[in-house]
Amino acid sequence: MYEFLKNLDRRWIFLMMLLAVAIPILLELKFPEKPTGLAQAVFDEIDKLPEGAPVLLAFDFDPASEGELGPMATAFTFHCATKKLKMYYMTLWPVGPRMIEDCIAKVIKPDFPDMKYGEDWVNLGYKSGYEGVIKVIVTDLKQLYTTDHFGAAIDSIPMMQNIQSVQDFDLVINCSAGYAGTKEWVQYASTPFPEQIRIVAGCTGVQSPLLYPYIPNQLPGLLGAIKGAAEYEKLVMDKYVRAFDREPDPKYLEGIRRMGPQLVAHLLMIFFIIVGNWVYFTGKKREAQS
Amino acid sequence: MNKDTKIWTIVFMVGLVLLVIRSFMVGGLFGTAYVSVEQMEYAEVSGGVGEENWVNINSEEALDFDLTQAPDRITWTKFEQASPKQFDEAVLADPNQDSYRFSLPRTVGLWLAVFFTMAIFSFLYKDNPFYKIAESVVVGVSAAYWMVVGFWNVMIPNLFGMINSNLVNGWAMPGLADDESHYIYLIPLILGIMLLMRLSPKGAWISRWPLAFIIGTTAGIRLLGFFHGDFLAQIRNSIAPIYSTTPQLAADGTAILDAATGLPVMGFDFWDSMRNILMIVGVLSCLVYFFFSFEHKGAVGKVAKLGIWYMMITFGAAFGFTVMGRIALLSIRLEFLFDDWLWLIDPTGKRLADTVGIIMSSVPMLS
Amino acid sequence: MKRTVPLIITALGGFVLIVAYFLPSTLTWGENAAVWFDVLAAIAFILGGGNLLKIHLKKTSDKVSGWGYSVIVLVAFIVTLTAGLLKIGVNPNEQFPNYPFSGVYDQVGSVFWWCYEYGFKPLTASMFAMLAFYVASAAFRAFRAKNFEAMLLLGTAFIILLGRTFTGVLMTDFIPDDSFFAGLKFENLTVYIMQVFNTAGNRAIMIGIALGVASTSLKVLLGVDRSYLGSGED
Repeated sequence: MYEFLKNLDRRWIFLMMLLAVAIPILLELKFPEKPTGLAQAVFDEIDKLPEGAPVLLAFDFDPASEGELGPMATAFTFHCATKKLKMYYMTLWPVGPRMIEDCIAKVIKPDFPDMKYGEDWVNLGYKSGYEGVIKVIVTDLKQLYTTDHFGAAIDSIPMMQNIQSVQDFDLVINCSAGYAGTKEWVQYASTPFPEQIRIVAGCTGVQSPLLYPYIPNQLPGLLGAIKGAAEYEKLVMDKYVRAFDREPDPKYLEGIRRMGPQLVAHLLMIFFIIVGNWVYFTGKKREAQS
Repeated sequence: MNKDTKIWTIVFMVGLVLLVIRSFMVGGLFGTAYVSVEQMEYAEVSGGVGEENWVNINSEEALDFDLTQAPDRITWTKFEQASPKQFDEAVLADPNQDSYRFSLPRTVGLWLAVFFTMAIFSFLYKDNPFYKIAESVVVGVSAAYWMVVGFWNVMIPNLFGMINSNLVNGWAMPGLADDESHYIYLIPLILGIMLLMRLSPKGAWISRWPLAFIIGTTAGIRLLGFFHGDFLAQIRNSIAPIYSTTPQLAADGTAILDAATGLPVMGFDFWDSMRNILMIVGVLSCLVYFFFSFEHKGAVGKVAKLGIWYMMITFGAAFGFTVMGRIALLSIRLEFLFDDWLWLIDPTGKRLADTVGIIMSSVPMLS
Repeated sequence: MKRTVPLIITALGGFVLIVAYFLPSTLTWGENAAVWFDVLAAIAFILGGGNLLKIHLKKTSDKVSGWGYSVIVLVAFIVTLTAGLLKIGVNPNEQFPNYPFSGVYDQVGSVFWWCYEYGFKPLTASMFAMLAFYVASAAFRAFRAKNFEAMLLLGTAFIILLGRTFTGVLMTDFIPDDSFFAGLKFENLTVYIMQVFNTAGNRAIMIGIALGVASTSLKVLLGVDRSYLGSGED
């Protein structure tokens, strides 16, 4: 056994990982979700806003992180649309406009057909410059965003009339996959303007531990990785769908669904670490004996 | 035939057999894509030089005009993504419907996406030409993608449109106002052209000017951002009470009020105080560990050791979260293969339960 | 001249932004500098594309080993670029039907969108998905509980991995929610580790990095660090 494990080809490990993720997906395994404080904080920050409040949804991610952040983007949009908030989308990532449009096609167009572009939501699109963009728009949004993503002049859009800068939004909701993302939003928006700009975020697993030092003064709420998405989905669905004795559309349960393969794969990872250590210590013991 | 060739052949054959088996399973066809079809037709309703006004002939607005007097038309077909379920339901309701259609380009695209996914995953076994092809495609497509996005989203509205809006509103952005100009934007244009000189073998030095501007502004932005957000604010965040209090609660959960002042009676909060103490000790000990101006010996060494322990816990947490993130990314790819391509699962209800006959008969190539 | 002017530009660009932070009357200077920076960032994408083209054209013309892959890079690049810049397959904006170029470049159904949806998206997503396999292999081969520090790292990883799924909830379900020991439930332990130990560790790292970035930026602005100008006199 020891010899077999010691010389185990890494491709067997790959295969086990593949099965650990694939089988729960095929069996559609689902587990209950228990929201934690930070997800509740994100939910509360959005939920306390009055109808018609302007919120900036900054979707700073691309398809490479869609597995983690897609469910958050969907849930954020559903929550804001249900609460009839004014949604302003923008992105600091070149592929971001597609993430925004995909999310709108998934949530707003089919489920909120009464909402109108330019009055209830607007896609401001992408601008290059990473934190340089944030630096400008925190004081003058229209200097950089002269048009929306589709080329319409910014002043011709009804819901842009009362917006001069990011300080005019009641909340900034950021989905972040790295640079530029939540860290830059905190550094250049909420830190210099603590009274005017409040930010909540959903981040990838890699990024979220790095953002904890900002909580709660600079960043009141944070959804960490797919677990954060699942917790937030549960809070939103419980309050706005299940409370009315309805079952949520499965497209709003993507995060909860993805926690199935997550659980099995986490157990496999622990198994790998334990077995790896057993091999190591057995090897040491044998070395000492010989 | 060497070992690798044998393995690859076996993998391909097994895959092919599985695909054949899949096509005979309940559900029949798989890996096809559909679109909704909408004919767009616009009529020019009020002529006059320079005052073109076009309305969608199917809109409510069109009712205000006599369209028989408007012979000039612009038409195109609008295709939107549709699920197999929408297509099937439309066919069931009316076999001759033309609102939904099988899409060959998107079906080919879907299979190409599958090929690319498999080609990337094939690297897990060994580097191979399929992986290299996929890698080359991603390099080419992403560089071009960024260029196109930069051109249409930034250079057109924020550079040419700002220099003079007439440069762009006659073709690409008709919504922009006429003759609005900010000639100061000629400076970034000139700097941009100088930057592109980097591509020429002899003019590389000219690109130093715009490069200097980029480096200078980056340094200016970051100096303040990091100093304010990550240095000062973090020190501020670390100043927390080590003796923390919370309002005392009565049995029914309400706060106990002081009879004299009417204010809530505060009591010692053990867990919150512990949390603050551990946090402050942690930050300080880690900072001591980073401080290399004197040797880590004696008391300093012990504190630095504590700092290392904190760092190890930090790295452990980072590892746990990284694992979590990576697995979610794998999940979505496998979902794509099982759901969008193979139709083995249908978590979001994109298809009817049994789609055998309807789809088969609707695809001219396959019926 | 070739070095002095860039040094002055660097200092001016940076200090304008710094001054604008403290003096509201100079805010527009800072904004202008930042907008120019943003525009130059878009032009840098063209520089990137141009560089790619240059490298792979050279590889192809020199017929270096693997030049066939360079041809694929070039084809993918040119097809995507042409489709995007010429807006092939893009319908006009519905507000301006008489302007054929008014439609958005990434419109669903266009050739550029097709390149994104069936090329860029599956390729980049799959590349990142592969990391799940490598992290598993690393767990098996590299994480050894050799000493106390390593044990701390592994123990934390275990708690996080368990506490962030339903397994953790099940394992410590026997501890009542309102007991004094509720903090020992895996899901609560995870929160505690993240908010206390992880926060402390990352905060110290953050303070260190912030000082590093601030001093490096200052060195660049004051012209002490000139490495970005290269060493030659060309």
